[in-house]
Amino acid sequence: MSSRPVPKVGFNFEYLMWVFTRLSGLALILLALFGMSAAFWMGARTQMDVGTLLRWTFFPNPNHVINSDIPDVTLGWANAYWQVMQMLIFFFGVTHGVNGLRVVIEDYLRASWGRVFLRGLLFLFWLFMLIVAIYVILAS
Amino acid sequence: MALKRNVGLKGFRYRGGGPMWSWIVHRIGGLAMVVFVGTHVLASFFMQQLGSDLATTINIVYESAYFQAVFYFLVIFHGINGLRIIILDTWPKLLEYQREVTWLQWLVFVPIYGLSVFIMLQRALAGG
Repeated sequence: MSSRPVPKVGFNFEYLMWVFTRLSGLALILLALFGMSAAFWMGARTQMDVGTLLRWTFFPNPNHVINSDIPDVTLGWANAYWQVMQMLIFFFGVTHGVNGLRVVIEDYLRASWGRVFLRGLLFLFWLFMLIVAIYVILAS
Repeated sequence: MALKRNVGLKGFRYRGGGPMWSWIVHRIGGLAMVVFVGTHVLASFFMQQLGSDLATTINIVYESAYFQAVFYFLVIFHGINGLRIIILDTWPKLLEYQREVTWLQWLVFVPIYGLSVFIMLQRALAGG
């Protein structure tokens, strides 16, 4: 039985992702708090239930809450500023999540072709999610 | 890289207490979020473009207050636990108080989660 090799110390991909995970985590919390504050400022307290408020918090897109009975969802939200905020929250969220999945895979699989395949699949999943999100954001 | 033996459920025999369970819930929550966001984006895409029944069913489940109550638990826990990890990584001296910090974390978690879910379920049970 051999133990895990000690990870390389220094400025490398693992270190970058370690920093990114922490910074994007903080960014996500701040973006979510900001989105929630904006929703309250635009009258969420009287117009939305908690579930709808959360949907605004994590992805402030008019299409995202199309099924909830809000009089006019586009009011105040459908502009370039919130489109940029949606792209930021989605980019940070998906990249943070896909990287987390990569860490889980590397915790349980040793170096093998299967792991290379899963990494490739994850990369494609990441690209696909970003493309779909940008399409949804720009089309709404 | 990985262990060359099968750990399986034996891992649960490791009695790490609070911090160990935080790690487990953090990881389960993270995986749940990736699965949720992935299927939710796919389901919404197929619901809007093709009118798929399966996709609509998935989104109806996601919109129910009970699903949201469970999912909100995982999200809020992941967020607060992540903040704890950032703080302890930045000031490693605080690692000495790991167990106390874990209890403090629950103290922050319970009001944030409890209040939101109380309001959410109250509305759901009232038929709103």
